[in-house]
Amino acid sequence: MTLTTANPACVLTGPHFLDGDCACSEGAIAAGANFAAGYPITPSTEVVEHFASRIPTVGGVFLQMEDELASSIAILGASWGGAKAFTVTSGPGFSLMMEHIGYAAMTETPCVFVNVQRGGPSTGLPTLPGQADMMQARWGSHGDYEIIALCPNSPQECFNLMIDAFNLAEEYRTPVLVMMDECVGHMTEKVVIPPAEEIKIFPRRYTSLPPSEYLPFRPGPDGIPEMAKAGQGYHAEVTGLTHDEHGYPAMNWQAQHKLVSRLVGKIRDNADRIGRWEEKGLEDAEVAVVAYGITSRVAERAMQMARAEGLKVGLLRPVVVWPFPEKRIRELSLRVRAWVVVEMNYGQMVNEVERCAAGHARTVLLGHGGGTVHEPEEILKAIREAAA
Amino acid sequence: MPEAPAAPKARKFRGQVFIDWDRCKGCGFCIEFCPPRILAFSEEFNSHGYHPPYLAKEEACTGCDLCGLYCPDFAIYGVRVPRNED
Amino acid sequence: MSTFINPVEPFLRADRMPHIWCPGCGIGTTVNCFARALVESKLPLDNVAVVSGIGCTGRVAGYIHLDSFHTTHGRAIPFATGLKLANPNLHVVVYSGDGDLIAIGGNHFIHAARRNVDITVICVNNLTYGMTGGQVAPTTPVGATATTSPYGCFERPFNLPFLAESSGAVYVARWTAFHVRHVAHAMGEAFQKKGFSFIEILSPCPTLYQRRNKMGDGLETMRYYKQHSIIKNGAKTHDVDINLQGEIIVGKFVDIERPTLQQTMEQQLRQTLKDRYAG
Repeated sequence: MTLTTANPACVLTGPHFLDGDCACSEGAIAAGANFAAGYPITPSTEVVEHFASRIPTVGGVFLQMEDELASSIAILGASWGGAKAFTVTSGPGFSLMMEHIGYAAMTETPCVFVNVQRGGPSTGLPTLPGQADMMQARWGSHGDYEIIALCPNSPQECFNLMIDAFNLAEEYRTPVLVMMDECVGHMTEKVVIPPAEEIKIFPRRYTSLPPSEYLPFRPGPDGIPEMAKAGQGYHAEVTGLTHDEHGYPAMNWQAQHKLVSRLVGKIRDNADRIGRWEEKGLEDAEVAVVAYGITSRVAERAMQMARAEGLKVGLLRPVVVWPFPEKRIRELSLRVRAWVVVEMNYGQMVNEVERCAAGHARTVLLGHGGGTVHEPEEILKAIREAAA
Repeated sequence: MPEAPAAPKARKFRGQVFIDWDRCKGCGFCIEFCPPRILAFSEEFNSHGYHPPYLAKEEACTGCDLCGLYCPDFAIYGVRVPRNED
Repeated sequence: MSTFINPVEPFLRADRMPHIWCPGCGIGTTVNCFARALVESKLPLDNVAVVSGIGCTGRVAGYIHLDSFHTTHGRAIPFATGLKLANPNLHVVVYSGDGDLIAIGGNHFIHAARRNVDITVICVNNLTYGMTGGQVAPTTPVGATATTSPYGCFERPFNLPFLAESSGAVYVARWTAFHVRHVAHAMGEAFQKKGFSFIEILSPCPTLYQRRNKMGDGLETMRYYKQHSIIKNGAKTHDVDINLQGEIIVGKFVDIERPTLQQTMEQQLRQTLKDRYAG
């Protein structure tokens, strides 16, 4: 697929001082998003507020819907109408959006959902960070499906990863989640927005077949069907029911196996291409720290402090959290003695690390209930204990 | 609603009804709401066990297609054909 | 001899026939009216999109050979809103049932009417949740039996035309599945109408609502509609409640002009942003 480049009218090239929420919004606009629907929820609201003020001058629509149920499906309708669409929320709204994340996965609708995580459960801590929605990101909707989720750790990454998220959504015809946290969302840092021609866009995979030959859910050689949109005479049927290649409901186990295995395989079989993580100091590490989002910034500091004490410590930072970098964790588990997983929850991604370590390396959790970011010293202490 | 049929010799059109035998579920709407009431349940069953309608008085059919408009199973429709077309 | 074709046939996904609706169910009848209205309106069919929710009426999208979207329960209207805003050239028709549109979908219904989203909402009201076996719905008349009100419904139901008008709908009509020509005509008017158009069509659910309440089959219900409907175009929607076995007031109740969401949005943005508004 030939990539195109961003529309210069959408891109505010240059250095900026932005918080993560605004950077996320600018990333969406640079990616060509022209439709957003949302509902106010701290700490995500600024994303859509920024979009609401920018998009009418660029070209597009923002509509504040009556709730997250409406927002999460309005973007799917917009997508089928030809728009590039996203929505934004936090914990309680994320829970409400689950049905439509599943519907998007089932109907293979490209779109992006952003969750600026806050303390939970329930109403929790609206203005303080958390990372306790990570498993929900993977398993939150009912049924079998795979999800792609990215985790920025800086306002710059909020910008960059939004573009990546849209590209992945188009490439794999799937909803993509961007799992920010309140700290990254509300911290202000330098964000450099590149020139439009340096921003690569994966165009929507519209079919060029005539309507008489097109089947909306017939996969191509890569397991992904070509897309159509309303208004072009394709008369596609889109349903959340288990369906065949026509899009017609097919209420039998054969159709279920055929469809769902393909939906799952779309992501699972491409995990190597989709997966992305950052490694620091792992070449000779005896203890490896796993951290993502804002926690990874603290963890990096702790790693430096540990190295200064002579400890052989490295850091693995998943950037794409789902699909999880299983292979790499498995490989490294044969070399490192212990994993220290640092996250703002009581144990979520640590389960993935432990699963992949398969007993070859010890796995230790340094977690807490959120509301604050870890201190470097407490991570250092955990590293020392793991190294002992 | 269609006008009452004129005296037979003045009518330029006649009606014809087409029935999709196996789609019918025997609900009776067409029989009830046919203005000249010339449809009736047939004696035979279709493959689903229902009695589809038949046109009992062909010459009185005006082709108004009210049967078609009512049929929830898309199993019947009426057309107007010129009288000299046979 | 020329070949004839059922006027509804070009609109059906023939390979999906027969449909799942029961003998005597009125949904199929409304689909005939829909086909008739589309032909009469001469709308370019590639620009017509049907969006439905979950339920028996929700299955309409799957049987109609147009761009059709079978969405989640209660959320056809916000999906339709997104679809219409993304491509304002589309004629978007939401075709769903009373439970889907008014219970779980109630919030979306009133907001879309408030905003005057330019869509046509066809609500086939069978006074129950048919697909799941005949549970009580916000439209079930007091005293009627349903599986989840086995001793009779004790909640006052919504008066749908009143709800629609109060929320801001610009076109509000109620007919029954008996009133086929009126239904087709209303649909045609609604297609042309700019803004949120709402058509309630009462329909038999012979297998569940009618049977449980000993009201006969589909045909007897259609006879009931014929006998007990009173056409009162322009009636005050406040006064058109439906009672168990009472009179049914049908007609076109509201037909007013109001700027659509698209119009108010563009007008406001243009007014404030002037040349900076990119559209």
